Amino acid sequence: MKFTLSWLREYLETNVSVDALSECMTAIGLEVESVVDPAKILAPFTIAYVIEAVQHPNADKLRVCTVDTGDGTVQVVCGAPNARTGMKGVFATIGTTIPGTGVKLKSTKIRGVASNGMLCSEREMGISEDHEGIIDLPEDAPVGEPFASYIGIDDPLFDIAITPNRADCLGVYGIARDLAAASVGTLKELDLSPIPGTFKSPLDVRFDFKPHSADACPLFVGRYIKGVKNGPSPKWMQDRLLSVGLRPISALVDMTNFLTIDLNRPVHVFDADKIEGNHLWLKTGCAGAKFLALNGKEYVLDGEMTTIGDANGVLSLAGVMGGESSGCTEETVNVFIEIALFDPVRTAATGRKLNLDSDARHRFERGVDPAFAKPGIEAATRLVQEMCGGEASELVVTGQAPDWKREIAFRPSRLLSLGGVDIGELDCKTILTKLGFNSHEITSDHLTVLPPSWRGDIVGEPDIVEELLRIHGFDNIPAVSLPPVAIRTNSAIELAPRRMSWARRALAARGMSEAVTWSFMSAAHASHFGGVADSLILANPISSDLDVMRPSILPNLALACLRNTDRGYPNVALFEAGPQYSSDGADGQHRIVAGMRAGQAVGRNLYSAARNVDAFDVKADALAALKATGAPVTSLQIKSEAAVWYHPGRSGTLSLGPNLLGQFGELHPGVLTALNIDFPLAAFEIFIDAIPLPKKKAGHTRPAMKTSDFPVVERDFAFIVDADLPAEKLVRSAQGADKTLITNVSVFDLYDGEGVGDDKKSLAIAVRLEPRDRTLTDAEIDAVAQKLVDNVKKVTGGELRG
Amino acid sequence: MHNLDALKSEILASFEAAVDIPALEAARVAALGKKGRLTALMKGLGELGPEERKATGQALNRIKGELTDALDARRNALAGSVLDARLTSEMIDVTLPIRPETEGRVHPISQVLDEMAAIFGDMGFTVIEGPDIEDDFHNFTALNIPPEHPARQMHDTFYFPEREDGSRLLLRTHTSPVQIRTMKAGGPPYRIVAPGRTYRCDYDITHTPMFHQIEGLVVDEHTHMGHLKGCLIDFAKTFFELPDLPVRFRPSYFPFTEPSAEMDIGCERKDGVLFIGKGADWMEILGCGMVNPRVLEMAGVDPKRYQGFAFGLGVERSAMLKYGIPDLRTFYDADARWLSHYGFSAGDVPSLVGGLTQ
Repeated sequence: MKFTLSWLREYLETNVSVDALSECMTAIGLEVESVVDPAKILAPFTIAYVIEAVQHPNADKLRVCTVDTGDGTVQVVCGAPNARTGMKGVFATIGTTIPGTGVKLKSTKIRGVASNGMLCSEREMGISEDHEGIIDLPEDAPVGEPFASYIGIDDPLFDIAITPNRADCLGVYGIARDLAAASVGTLKELDLSPIPGTFKSPLDVRFDFKPHSADACPLFVGRYIKGVKNGPSPKWMQDRLLSVGLRPISALVDMTNFLTIDLNRPVHVFDADKIEGNHLWLKTGCAGAKFLALNGKEYVLDGEMTTIGDANGVLSLAGVMGGESSGCTEETVNVFIEIALFDPVRTAATGRKLNLDSDARHRFERGVDPAFAKPGIEAATRLVQEMCGGEASELVVTGQAPDWKREIAFRPSRLLSLGGVDIGELDCKTILTKLGFNSHEITSDHLTVLPPSWRGDIVGEPDIVEELLRIHGFDNIPAVSLPPVAIRTNSAIELAPRRMSWARRALAARGMSEAVTWSFMSAAHASHFGGVADSLILANPISSDLDVMRPSILPNLALACLRNTDRGYPNVALFEAGPQYSSDGADGQHRIVAGMRAGQAVGRNLYSAARNVDAFDVKADALAALKATGAPVTSLQIKSEAAVWYHPGRSGTLSLGPNLLGQFGELHPGVLTALNIDFPLAAFEIFIDAIPLPKKKAGHTRPAMKTSDFPVVERDFAFIVDADLPAEKLVRSAQGADKTLITNVSVFDLYDGEGVGDDKKSLAIAVRLEPRDRTLTDAEIDAVAQKLVDNVKKVTGGELRG
Repeated sequence: MHNLDALKSEILASFEAAVDIPALEAARVAALGKKGRLTALMKGLGELGPEERKATGQALNRIKGELTDALDARRNALAGSVLDARLTSEMIDVTLPIRPETEGRVHPISQVLDEMAAIFGDMGFTVIEGPDIEDDFHNFTALNIPPEHPARQMHDTFYFPEREDGSRLLLRTHTSPVQIRTMKAGGPPYRIVAPGRTYRCDYDITHTPMFHQIEGLVVDEHTHMGHLKGCLIDFAKTFFELPDLPVRFRPSYFPFTEPSAEMDIGCERKDGVLFIGKGADWMEILGCGMVNPRVLEMAGVDPKRYQGFAFGLGVERSAMLKYGIPDLRTFYDADARWLSHYGFSAGDVPSLVGGLTQ
């Protein structure tokens, strides 16, 4: 909402500064987004007298001027063709920043002659594009006075944001009323006295609403004015409209725009001679009708839109925009003025469906003052007669204003108990009265408050508290720190998000960087990662490549790897800790930590061979992340059963019995092709919600630590086993030989070349024996070794390699 | 005796002449070994008369002592130069690079959420999460947003397909539904924050279809607007780590709070860079207000007895302001360069005791 200070002063008697007014508006909830104050910008520019202008000794096109600034005499070198002895112009002194060029003036020499200031053109002042010469002021212009106020361009322009509840402040008068309540000025009275009609309107208005749309227009007030003379509106009106960026059109049209901004009252004027028949109708149900609006565009209407028409059809889209066919022109002689109340919801819906915005729609959809129809038409009549003459009819009133009066019980004590500040009862009453509220005392601690017609947003006690607080000032509410709560004996955060957080920092410590990617992705990509249920396809996606909820985080990470590769960073390691979705049900959102490594795990270097990422890189990531969450990683079973988007031979699952905690592996080559990726990718996903809860009774006490000082024995074994035997099985069978003595079994070699036979491989393991109570004898060691070999053979069929 | 001095000089010279430990050992054997020259003289002592034996014996012992000392000195010298030679041969170029490794980073959204959890946790808040996919009731109706409100229209909210009963699920447009879920799950008092992903159908330089919010709710029998101010001023000063941070509260409007306010913090723009703190400008950081009694009522909390405040804060925006990140859209791009530049190290865990920011 834009308006100028002088416009505001039409209704608010005030002498506070522009800055103080701005601060006050923001403090009472009318947030000032910008103030353009030409007086401030142009303050350094004053009126000066050129005592003498003589030819520059060294330059044909320059003149040396002796200037009386009113504050002394200075010498200025000037290049303007019109600089001459005896003229009055606009002077800027040293140190001034010239708005048109941004240059700061310095004391200088031009072709050897000192110059201490500038005589300015309009373009240099930033007030027009004129740069033909310097500003040439009348002889009587007062030397030394500010230029801006002399020519009257010192009117500050405010632009304020109006919240949706403050429909009453979409007019200059409403803003003045709010400011007056905040005691920065006095509100002036409006002249809304009735203008008597001298004849009966030849046009009448009929409501043709069906029962379901009876509330589309509760009240229509019209007036016929005959014998008007339309033409350009007077200068004051044009200046007002121009000052807020509106183009003057003609007196009749300008009146409607003016009244909308001035008194917040949308109004429409029909050229009465273009109305067919002698009545206007209002109805809904004009589905399919075509309507040419005043903006020159044609719209096709539906059956819900409220329309105004005549014998020939639709003339106007109620509350949104008038029609071209009945618009006023220079030739208009007789007019019919419309001031009506239109239903906010229908008006909003009509505008939205047609994508048609207007100042009228903006106001109707927020709600106009239901009691201001008749006063509004008097204001409109007065303006029309003032600018265009004419004779006014009696009012045509159809329908009636809805009952807007309501009583709200208000306890002044709530100011302290809800608002946190005490405002004296007298101050409360003063503020409420200035805001147009009536109040009377019921009991000593209880008021009945009646909000004014223009405050449809005030419905309850907290609204009254807010009104009083905002005028009193939110800044005047003393801040009180929250009182402490009882000592906390457990985490403020639930376990699952904490587990996400632990995994996040563990992965970052492993050299992976955390990404945050969209919760959506394209259906095409999703189809390679399990696909999505129809219920998770967005009805109105932002774009076709973000049209479904992600069933896995991996496609987003893959595309991120691709983007990084394209930017010249091919070897990235990314992870994301976030949601994925399997259904729209309460249990359809899952907490996932997913990671992906692209390109080379080890780049070219001095110390080791470069190599691509593989399943074991991400297996390590998955296990580290799971371990960080507190999952029992040593008990995990690893199987070659990962989801279809993984390489079937190079992937695995991490599970506890039937409970799948994670999966990892290289991505399926077919999936890579579908994603247009031609570099290696390995990934993992862990399912935070599947990790078992820690046993509660265990508490924080750790089991006693058992160590032994007896010598540790390490023995190596190599077994020939079937080529498809999982190494894990061999390890577990070796461990099973003596669960107390054998503390670790690790695979250190795999050989499947010559000498081990077809469909066989050799696995070498290192076995660590840690005796608890004595030093092992050779015989004891041999016995354990034999037991181990026997157990391996029994479980895996493996033979000790000779 | 003259001969003994000459012998000593010869032997000493042979020690000096040895260039390495084996040569020195050979010289030792030649002089002091079983068949060495000095050993031979000592063996010959028995053939001398008592007087002469005593004198010669003493002289020989003295020489033997001197020779042994000289031998040790020469041995140490030779061993030192061997070590020196080895050290020289083992020298490496320490300016060569380390073995390849990468530094992982924590995303600024996670970091800032951890900071916020630390601050609000310290004020007695519990962190709660809610679902991204919501229904009309929790996202709108229960928050006093009527059906005809513009936010409910297609252009702001992401909807899922209409179901058989005519209802449509949606992606939550704010974290406020968690207020409702919290209140419906159990009775007051409440002191919770709810961080999470939120969604709006909007994509331009300052809007993305997904972003993060943190919601706050405090409801009990006594919390008033002074507490709202105190809590949020305490938060802002702690978060930005500026004890003198200027703040102001402006009246505003949200359907679910009454009175409603927006909170601004002081800032200054210099040469296109934004500085938080004392300055001529204000920057909006959050919306807040006293919970509308209708919202309490719809969530099953008695508005005659209970009251309190709620607030909603943009996580990306807070990160942008605190850490000077210029462009919202870059948060979701997973650009390795961006993560490296704006991300945080794994060990940088925010804490009020150990420091919010490293």
